[in-house]
Amino acid sequence: MAAIAEVVGTEPRRHSQSYLMGWLTTADHKRIGIMYLLAATFFFAVGGLEALMIRIQLSSPGNTFVTPALYDQLFTMHGTTMIFLAVMPLFIGFINCIVPLQIGARDVAFPRLNALSLWLFVLGGILLNSSWFLGGAPNAGWFNYAPISLTPFNPGPGIDFYDIGLQLAGIGTLMTGVNFIATIINMRAPGMSLMRMPLFTWTTFITSVLILFAFPPFTVNLFLLMFDRLMGANFFNIAKGGNVLLWQHLFWIFGHPEVYILILPAFGIISEVIATFSRKTLFGYDSMVLATIAIGFLAFTVWVHHMFVDGFGPYVNSLFAITTMAIAVPTGVKIFNWIFTMWGGKIKFTTAMLFATGFIPLFVIGGISGVMLAMAPADFQYNDSYFVVAHLHYVLIGGSLMGVLAGAYYWFPKITGRLLNETLGKWHFWLLMIGFNVTFFPMHFLGLLGMPRRVATYSAAMGQAVAFWNLVATIGAFILAISFLFFFYNLFKTLRSGEQAGPDPWDARALEWAISSPAPVYNFAKTPLVRGRDAWWVEKTEGDGHLRSAEPEADPHEEHAHHGIHMPTGSIYPFLIALGLMIAGYGAIFGLLLLVAIGLVLAFFSIHRMIVDEDPGEIVQPVGGDGE
Amino acid sequence: MIGSHEMPAAHPPVSPEQAKAQDNRVLGFWIFLSGECAFFASLIGTYLSLDTHTVGTVTLASLIDLPLTGLMTLSLLSSSLTMVFAFLAMNKGELQAMKIWLWVTALLGAIFLDLQIFEFTHYMASGFTMGSSASASAFFALVGFHGLHVAFGLFWIISLLVYSFKDGITPANTSKVWIAGLYWHFVDVVWVIIFTVVYLMQKVH
Repeated sequence: MAAIAEVVGTEPRRHSQSYLMGWLTTADHKRIGIMYLLAATFFFAVGGLEALMIRIQLSSPGNTFVTPALYDQLFTMHGTTMIFLAVMPLFIGFINCIVPLQIGARDVAFPRLNALSLWLFVLGGILLNSSWFLGGAPNAGWFNYAPISLTPFNPGPGIDFYDIGLQLAGIGTLMTGVNFIATIINMRAPGMSLMRMPLFTWTTFITSVLILFAFPPFTVNLFLLMFDRLMGANFFNIAKGGNVLLWQHLFWIFGHPEVYILILPAFGIISEVIATFSRKTLFGYDSMVLATIAIGFLAFTVWVHHMFVDGFGPYVNSLFAITTMAIAVPTGVKIFNWIFTMWGGKIKFTTAMLFATGFIPLFVIGGISGVMLAMAPADFQYNDSYFVVAHLHYVLIGGSLMGVLAGAYYWFPKITGRLLNETLGKWHFWLLMIGFNVTFFPMHFLGLLGMPRRVATYSAAMGQAVAFWNLVATIGAFILAISFLFFFYNLFKTLRSGEQAGPDPWDARALEWAISSPAPVYNFAKTPLVRGRDAWWVEKTEGDGHLRSAEPEADPHEEHAHHGIHMPTGSIYPFLIALGLMIAGYGAIFGLLLLVAIGLVLAFFSIHRMIVDEDPGEIVQPVGGDGE
Repeated sequence: MIGSHEMPAAHPPVSPEQAKAQDNRVLGFWIFLSGECAFFASLIGTYLSLDTHTVGTVTLASLIDLPLTGLMTLSLLSSSLTMVFAFLAMNKGELQAMKIWLWVTALLGAIFLDLQIFEFTHYMASGFTMGSSASASAFFALVGFHGLHVAFGLFWIISLLVYSFKDGITPANTSKVWIAGLYWHFVDVVWVIIFTVVYLMQKVH
């Protein structure tokens, strides 16, 4: 973290605080974003190592590299970690770092709540991963179906770690959703009308709405499971009238919007990157916005396609098959708009642009296998086979992760002030493209050959083809892992001695590029006046290359401008709330009521302070003439 | 009154940052409440899917005492009214009156909670417990989470009463009372739904 702090000029202005307290108490969206990115990158590496262990185990038939019991924990933690602790927080990191800049705001609507979101995610993630050392990790898959997640079948604490870890992280995510909806509605600079917002801000907005309505059912579901496991309730216990399908419904009412939460921000990033490096305004902006809204709406209408084999009958399955296929329409609109944006543009293939263009074919492959899976009768064949594994990795790596990496190469200079090395970046991209396709394309064949998901090994009697393609996939996984070594080395090297980026290294279009890199703590010295879509590009091409100020010279509030900028101050209480809930979580998992009490007292004392304290704010003096 | 958000006129103009912060708070809280709707919708859905699954154990219908629940409903609904009186006093700048109405609101909330604890204890003594059937589990989850919301509301209102009015009524603490009030009315509305779906429907069957 030290290396990053040196290049990120967002240190707090108070000198009385220690370095550590500065980070623990910060309410600055940029520093919170950086911590999201760092923590999520760590969890991504953990999830990646779990994936490698899975692939080593599956490299040959009848392998005994890991026991079946450990294998169950590995695939469960791989999925759970990648979805909840890696990809989603990576996006939230970028959202934190970039969205307030794109709309010309000084911070988010609720800076301290933002800190609470961060710490709930970090401490929830640590709690979940500590299960490896405290009695075994969860082992019922990332969707954790009842009844296998119930005490009779799963007496260890692993499922409780899943339950309470994700509860903490999930509440943090919910708060992020609330925060960014309010931020985008209320904090836009003058002139930044909704239909002038950059696509990344739009997709963040819709993602936040999805979070707002998708996470509460998951919260409820986790509570019901907790009551069943820890308090003897019977929601999922059939002998006492419970219903295991209740878990599936509540889970997928959350789970399907969740996968759009994982892809919509990627759509936003791809839209920014492709427009910038094609040197054209985004083709079909209005249809892009409408498609995003349509996808967000349809996300809540398709959950039963995860449950086709439950036996709801042809009418229910047909209905959900149709709504599922309907999602291909707005998604297709987006794909064509990206292609038309590039058409006739002056394309520059930087690493970010490579990832953005690479996204298109990979995501289309994942989308097509998705439509194949949406056909309910055919799904009976694909269900629970490696075909599904191939599909979900094409959309989650080929889609979401490619978006994350495009965003990483694109915004790294804005976040840190330094440009990632392009040569290493291109090695990363090409090795990733090769490794990814070599790993996951054969999984389509493996699924069609009948290989089931989530089984620790397979028999040599399944035939040579199964053994061969598994070995190929394992080799591909190592190529994929090596590509990330290039990326991590690139991050390390750039932070030590990377090229200085300057404010606008890509000659880009949105407002974040109008201010210095990294952004000053107050973002814009004067609130900018937005005069069109692609707000910064408009000033560069039609204005004088400087942002117009929205603060008039003879404003009655001008004294504020002269006396500095009012900024929110940090607070330790968000961290203490999350810490208290984490302690209470450990207490609940191990049945230590005293620990529960201590944790809850700490959490409620801190919540109380958050309720009654008024953030006085602090006055920051702008330096230089940014944003004038 | 409830739909509008007016700051008392008696105060000096606030800085644009403060005004924005208060505006954000009210908007953010409405957004949060829509998430709460999804939360209670999930619990109500769970209850409706399990409420007949009593597997031969004690049923809720055999235990319900409508006069008691009616009294609970009365106290909670009246507390919404007293919360509105607190707003009215606050908007007139009458600190003492506002505080009294907030204390009355808290008292009515406490009566509700007390009756609910009595109700739950009685049910559990009669063999209707979290573990007796899926139907009972769903009842305690839905009604219990609502009760926890009431308890948190009490904690919130009393926190504000004890700590937030040292400088009288200010723009900052007005918006705090405002969102605490929004929360309180929301919890009240949820109770109206629970009273209908859980209690009255048992008498219809």
